[in-house]
Amino acid sequence: MDLITAAKILLLVLLIACAVSVNLTKTLLQAVIVFMAYSSLMCVIWVLMESPDLAITEAAVGAGISSVLFLLALRRIRQVDADNE
Amino acid sequence: MNETFRRFLDGEIDPLEGIMNVAEEEDSGRKELTAAMKRRHRTVIGTSKAQKLMRAEKESYYRVYNVVAVISCILLIGVLLFTVAHLPRYGAENPRATEVMDRYIERGVEETGAVNVVAGMILDYRAFDTLGESHVLFTALVCVMILLIMDKKNMRTGYEDYYTTTRERFHDLTTEAILRNVAIVLIPCIFVYGLYVLLNGQNGPGGGFSGGAVMGSGLIIASAAFGFDRMDRFFTARVSAWITFSSLAFYSFAKGYVFFTGANGIPNGVPKGTPGNILSGGLILPLDIAVGLVVACTMFGFYSLFRRGTIGGAS
Repeated sequence: MDLITAAKILLLVLLIACAVSVNLTKTLLQAVIVFMAYSSLMCVIWVLMESPDLAITEAAVGAGISSVLFLLALRRIRQVDADNE
Repeated sequence: MNETFRRFLDGEIDPLEGIMNVAEEEDSGRKELTAAMKRRHRTVIGTSKAQKLMRAEKESYYRVYNVVAVISCILLIGVLLFTVAHLPRYGAENPRATEVMDRYIERGVEETGAVNVVAGMILDYRAFDTLGESHVLFTALVCVMILLIMDKKNMRTGYEDYYTTTRERFHDLTTEAILRNVAIVLIPCIFVYGLYVLLNGQNGPGGGFSGGAVMGSGLIIASAAFGFDRMDRFFTARVSAWITFSSLAFYSFAKGYVFFTGANGIPNGVPKGTPGNILSGGLILPLDIAVGLVVACTMFGFYSLFRRGTIGGAS
């Protein structure tokens, strides 16, 4: 087994771990942060699967903008203190 | 019918109550506002006989509404599953799975002028797909605007105090020295990278959506670091609306023209250019720019609406 395959398997395992732990988090803020980690992992996986265009979009939208929007929505329903942000 | 289910239909119980972790009401301003709204609600509903009759009508309407919602969901699921069941098997012999794919790969560069076959597909052969996507984004922005916009009309109902106090309590990111200094270095890089991705859509990975998303996040960082006041000097709701409108209109007309001439066998006169250059791929580059502008405006619009209830400028 070469290094790339090992890295792919590790990434996929981490991806599944992230997907499961989103459901197990205690607060919504933790869930958003785990979701961000999921998107970042997915971005690396897209590059390994030779789709760099999807990787760019995943990094910008999945890890960036959607997380910002989630955080703003959490602040709207007062799950995040303004001081802790 | 089950007793609990009947009470759910009547709206007496909320299955999510106690499970959702929504924070406690803390500040008195919000509490007073809720109380005031409840009082107003009570006076509106009233207690006279006609009003009671109206309320009963309303309740029965909501009961029907729940049932209809469930039925339409089930119907939609059924239609989707039915369609999926009738798709050709993976790898089966049919023109969509064999001929079209071969044609795209063999003659894509020659016919569209784009080295990136994916860009040739989504912005030339199947450009209406991407047009629909852009319109979905625009519609999403309009829906968020309907829900969150703060203008003179809903300022009057008492939300004004609530929102101004909330806005003051929002942590002012413009005072963060680290964010400011990092943003000064990063923002030009982000925009150059976004433009690179946008303009090279026909030659390499990327294109309108990715480049637009990168530039949109650049706008978000800029407004977080330097404040909305400085963003409002050049990016107002009016500017955003004009950019979005002209991009979508240009896309629709350009692609309508090309498809019309193509379907009737008329030469459309759009130069293809040398594959590999920036100015190549016929209409793909301008269409990429149009999509990118729509995406960037939409992303910043979402952020701005969530953060302060307006895109900017006069309101």
